[in-house]
Amino acid sequence: MTGTISTGLPMTRDNPFDPPTELRELREESPINRLQFPDGHLGWLITGHELTREVMADRRFSSRAELHHPLIVRGDGQPLRRPAASPGMFISMDAPDHTRYRKLLTGQFTVRRMNLLSAHIGEIVLDHVKAMRDGGTSADLVEAFALPIPSLVICELLGVPYDERHVFQEDTAKALRLDTSAEDALAAFERIKDFIRDLVRRKRTTPGDDIISGLIASGEDLGDEEIAGMGVLLLVAGHETTANMLGLGTLTLLSNPDQLAALKADPSLIDNTVEELLRYLSILQFGTIRTALEDVEVGGVLIKEGETVSLSLAAANRDPERFDRPEELDVTRSASGHMSFGHGVHQCLGQQLARIEMRIGFATLFREFPNLRLAVPVEEVPLRTDMAIYGVHALPVEWS
Amino acid sequence: MKIEADAAKCCGSGMCVLTDPDVFDQSEDDGTVIVLDVEPAESHHAAAREAAALCPAGAITVHG
Repeated sequence: MTGTISTGLPMTRDNPFDPPTELRELREESPINRLQFPDGHLGWLITGHELTREVMADRRFSSRAELHHPLIVRGDGQPLRRPAASPGMFISMDAPDHTRYRKLLTGQFTVRRMNLLSAHIGEIVLDHVKAMRDGGTSADLVEAFALPIPSLVICELLGVPYDERHVFQEDTAKALRLDTSAEDALAAFERIKDFIRDLVRRKRTTPGDDIISGLIASGEDLGDEEIAGMGVLLLVAGHETTANMLGLGTLTLLSNPDQLAALKADPSLIDNTVEELLRYLSILQFGTIRTALEDVEVGGVLIKEGETVSLSLAAANRDPERFDRPEELDVTRSASGHMSFGHGVHQCLGQQLARIEMRIGFATLFREFPNLRLAVPVEEVPLRTDMAIYGVHALPVEWS
Repeated sequence: MKIEADAAKCCGSGMCVLTDPDVFDQSEDDGTVIVLDVEPAESHHAAAREAAALCPAGAITVHG
């Protein structure tokens, strides 16, 4: 039976690790329910794994930003629709525009290329471990490890000078904060784009061995605006996501000592551990969104043209129809098929990079600090319930 | 078993290579799928089926 949720997307968590309980209750009622959006639109919420997969793979559901009814009311209280994607912002485009941009980048993020980066990422991780040790026996793991490592890696890949990171890190955080108004969030993105656009211009005269220089030389005749759009997308998606998986993932493992012990006893479980943390934590906490381009029947209901569908990746990842004992963290299970990178042609472009960063990051952290522990009670860890990407704002840890 | 892959549909996620690098590869140029072993040995059948099921773009078909 399909019900209507008139109170908006469930967002209240009972504890740091589980998605809102209400999502589970909704999924138990039906994997698809009607959802009243903040602007009054009567759309849909999908919480089941199979339907999530189905909709995300179906090109009759659009990713175009200007078609979506907004799911979240931002700081100013106005449920405004977003404008159409600016040039290069292909995450919010459909084929053939999306395909054209994405194909220019997919060769840069293959499994093989990312594996070749392993040794270098390992060095970066060890540099941060050393800096933590040099600083004493305690640190904020977010500031010392989780945020700088993926930031440095994506900066190097793109050709963004890492010592200019303050220009984008602050604005990225601002844009992702839910209490930032839609207008201010857009302005923050524009400032990051100005920074990248300026960088593109510099690279036109002085190219380097990096993705931005590669796009300039691609022969596709991309304009500064297009390359800047692609660059912003990769920069923001490339550091905030992995950073939060490293921070929240560490808290999760420290809070599940039996699972951490299993990983320590058998380091070959690291690949599984990363997939399971991705499944279990679903840091894209509000999931993703699509709008029907025509009438489509899904799970026995008719989604009409123009109706917006909210897809709860977190609920899909805890669906007992797909995963046994879904509420349990189990680093020995195969979590393959989780939806944390999405599904369909928009599936995360940087997922193989994220995997390598997490595998090396967690493995090195727990090897180098075998008695790593929280320096505050778990209730005092500040959670990112106020951000589009979930995680921890800070993670005070200590070792001896 | 026979594996077919449609590079035009492929979105270069690398899920197939992650699942079975002996059977699948990605083009250096645009990251799209290359089938290294169109008729793999039985020991690879389960992984090939999983790769087809996981492919986000539905670009891989497994016959038999």
